[in-house]
Amino acid sequence: MTDLRRPRVLGQSPRRVDGPAKVTGTARYAGDQRVVDPAYVHLVQAAVARGVLTGVDVSAARLVDGVLAVLTPDNAPRLASTEDAELAAFQSHDIAFRGQVVAAVVARTREIARQAAALVHVEIDHESHDVHLSADRDDLYAPEQVNTGAATDTERGDVATGLAHSPFTLDQTYTTAWYNNNPMEPHTTTALWLDGDLALFDSTQGVHTTREATAKVLGLEPRHVHVIAPHVGGGFGSKGTAHVHVVIAAMAAQAVPGTPVKLALTRQQMFALVGYRTPTVQRVRLGCDADGRLAAIAVDAVGQTSRIKEFAEQTAVPSRMMYAAPNRRTTHRLAALDVPVPAWMRAPGECPGMFGPEVAVDELASACGVDPVEFRVRNEPAVEPESGKPFSSRNLVACLREGARRFGWEHRDPAPRAREEDGWLVGTGVAASTYPVTRTPGSSATIRCTGPGRYRVRIGAADLGTGTWTSLAQVAADALGVDFGDVELLIGDTSLPRASVAGGSSGITSWGSTVVAAAEAFREEFGADPAEGDEAGAEMPEGSDEYAMHAFGAQFAEVRVRVDTGEVRVSRLLGVFAVGRVVNPRLARSQLVGGMTMGLSMALHEHSVVDERFGHVVNHDFAEYHIATNSDVPRVEAHWVEEHDPHTNPMGTKGIGEIGIVGTAAAIVNAAHHATGVRVRDLPLTLDHFLDRP
Amino acid sequence: MPFDYRRAPDPESAVAAATGWAGVAFLAGGTNLVDHLKLGLTSPEVLVDITGLPLDEVEELPDGGLRIGATVRNADLAAHPVVRRDYPVLARALLSGASGQIRNLATTGGNLLQRTRCVYFQDLTTPCNKREPGTGCSAIGGYTRHHAILGASAHCVATHPSDMAVAMAALDAQVAVLGTGGRRVVPLVELHRLPGDEPHRDTVLAPSDLITSVDLPPLPPGTRSLYRKVRDRASFAFALVSVAAVLRVEDGVVEDVRIALGGVAHKPWRARRAEDVLRREPADEEAFRRAIDAELAGAAPLEGNGFKVPLTRNAVVSALRELSREQR
Repeated sequence: MTDLRRPRVLGQSPRRVDGPAKVTGTARYAGDQRVVDPAYVHLVQAAVARGVLTGVDVSAARLVDGVLAVLTPDNAPRLASTEDAELAAFQSHDIAFRGQVVAAVVARTREIARQAAALVHVEIDHESHDVHLSADRDDLYAPEQVNTGAATDTERGDVATGLAHSPFTLDQTYTTAWYNNNPMEPHTTTALWLDGDLALFDSTQGVHTTREATAKVLGLEPRHVHVIAPHVGGGFGSKGTAHVHVVIAAMAAQAVPGTPVKLALTRQQMFALVGYRTPTVQRVRLGCDADGRLAAIAVDAVGQTSRIKEFAEQTAVPSRMMYAAPNRRTTHRLAALDVPVPAWMRAPGECPGMFGPEVAVDELASACGVDPVEFRVRNEPAVEPESGKPFSSRNLVACLREGARRFGWEHRDPAPRAREEDGWLVGTGVAASTYPVTRTPGSSATIRCTGPGRYRVRIGAADLGTGTWTSLAQVAADALGVDFGDVELLIGDTSLPRASVAGGSSGITSWGSTVVAAAEAFREEFGADPAEGDEAGAEMPEGSDEYAMHAFGAQFAEVRVRVDTGEVRVSRLLGVFAVGRVVNPRLARSQLVGGMTMGLSMALHEHSVVDERFGHVVNHDFAEYHIATNSDVPRVEAHWVEEHDPHTNPMGTKGIGEIGIVGTAAAIVNAAHHATGVRVRDLPLTLDHFLDRP
Repeated sequence: MPFDYRRAPDPESAVAAATGWAGVAFLAGGTNLVDHLKLGLTSPEVLVDITGLPLDEVEELPDGGLRIGATVRNADLAAHPVVRRDYPVLARALLSGASGQIRNLATTGGNLLQRTRCVYFQDLTTPCNKREPGTGCSAIGGYTRHHAILGASAHCVATHPSDMAVAMAALDAQVAVLGTGGRRVVPLVELHRLPGDEPHRDTVLAPSDLITSVDLPPLPPGTRSLYRKVRDRASFAFALVSVAAVLRVEDGVVEDVRIALGGVAHKPWRARRAEDVLRREPADEEAFRRAIDAELAGAAPLEGNGFKVPLTRNAVVSALRELSREQR
């Protein structure tokens, strides 16, 4: 019977269930699905950032042999709902951002579609656009709430008084860049209609949420939309909500009755159409006493959103719970610009929001002469500072101590610019990581006995490459009290019971709790020796909000900056995390190392460069939008401390998909300061920051 | 767009096949051309595939130099024992370029003829004089991190992206060209043009001119060379600045010096002024600085790439320092 407190399979590292299919190239992704004689779609995008579409001449495109249809705002069918303006394909002649889709060509081959798309002649009355983000704009506004539903502003005590009475204060502004999600697999949809039902093989983080969004836009009952996504080649949030290409694929398939269509975005198109992380401007004010105890924490965050759809990155939210201080305040303000719609990117809120404050802490610790590890330890709160709730578990201090031990922190000379090896300045730095434990309601699962001791577990969960095929089966095995090999897990299909989206690191918490509840229901009804065909199911149980639940971590970086050229390399990165129970160490390490690598990439390389004259990201390919290469990450280590949290969920897990990227950039920037004495507050950390100017 | 595809059995027929077309391109490794076809940057009427030509050998010349066939792959050239032994500047330049996969395909001739990676050149939605003469230069006033500080014009500020060509410029390489009028030799430093008011012309070659080989003259005994590439990430990135330096020092005096710079101009930039300052001078830090300062006196950085001036200065001084240390 279920006993997750003494697990047998949880904590083991069975090989990936999907591994053989992936390494042999037989795993079918959305674009690989075999459909009979498909047509292909290529999108035409607006080349101005704001204006009114006055004409789309498709005559030349239509003349190309093999072109089957061209969709434009002039001929596309009306959609049932345009409430989500991002999804309202071809419903308006207004251009709200550069790269907005204005036409779609359907043709016999991918090449013909692309060729004909180039022949579509688009006329737009160009209006002056504005894509300039600045904290000094006079039209910044406070959104009603921020992403995750958190409050826009909070205030406790009196920051001004707290700062006035602090012998050490800091008031600095930090910026993070515009970043684009770039999973290896471009966003792809294969669509076909059968007797009024729509089937979508889609590259999505949630088959059911994609079904619901698409059904609403198309005016269908959700049961008439079938979404299938057995394998997804990375998402990082950009496949967490349906984007416009999904709707266009469905419309394109409708335009060529009886023919399935395939639509794969190009890498360049992804920079405008699948969401991105907003650039942020973070004013951080801190005040502390001579021992480094904080009296005031204030974070005022500014980000951008699109004019047609609001997304409010919760940048200041982590500062509400990180450190103790009697006086505190956080605010969020937005600029609504003529830009593509921002959305989720790995650890929205926490990732950019732990940059400014974690660099600020380093600066203040340095100012008052307290070691930055010790500074953080001294500001450890007893309860969640703003809510007053107890923590279900909080092991930031353990992570800092264990990380310091493994990294060799105790021998560190705090003086900046004091070490040089072979023409490279060397320094080390630390920053903290955190990520909330998220339970997303709305999942259910069924379990069926398929033979003696054999069970089939069904839930429409997603595997983004993260390992759900394996890890959720491990949860089921322990929940049923059987061997891993006796569980057959089925995920990634709307014909399975509904599952919540893979987002907010909530997958195992939400789906795992649901599977455990289903196992309990099954055993209760059928006992330990069920008959073949016995089946039971359950919905995700309600959670308690008695506790504040967060994962924590500490990241340590060694950075080298070349004296003559300022080139920056991260020679070592070490993270220690407290993430509850680790379901599968092999997969967990992969998630944490991957997150840290992405954090390194954010620190040193990634930067979507917007040319404000045109309004778009001009470095929109992998030659120019740099992501860390293997050579950039010579040594990345992820470790975790033992953590038993009885409150998060029956498995005691906390979610590990995102915390690895949180704090990395700050640790690297802090190490670069230690190496060079130069304090960089604006990402990315490029060599020009360190070059002595004449 | 549809195009005609032809395979040429020998160089003469390749040139003949390419003659008489307004839009023609030779296809070798395809690492740049195929991207351009996909992006719509070029739509030739005919592609002449030259991968079957017998130009894939590296040959040692009687004078001690080296003849590199035009279709020798970058990876093979970098691994060639004579290149590794006698021309380390070239081996290192090749290995610092692109990725292993691309080097396995890219050819010597194609590497020389690759086009700028200026983001505006590669984006059909932004004006570009190089892509579409007379439309204007979007880079001026835009994103210029990878753009020129030397030899640019009001019409174009693009840089040539090759690493290999920079090393070859420092080695005084000679390029053998077969055209409709027969064979001729073009010094590598004269192959690429400065943009002037015709930035759409990258090189002095006509569309039907075929590069058949590149000759490297021998280096006198005692000559040292190196390639130093500075970039935004540790691999698979174009140079912000690169330095190919060839130096021979005798009794503390510079007997021979050749410096070529990458990432700073529309062509591999041979730093003649610096060389002139340095020749017969003591091989010391002060002279190195004086030399590169003379070269950079002509620099005209753009808004957004001013850092390249001190970066170039420091990279050149470091490279010369390293080479002179080897020869003490």
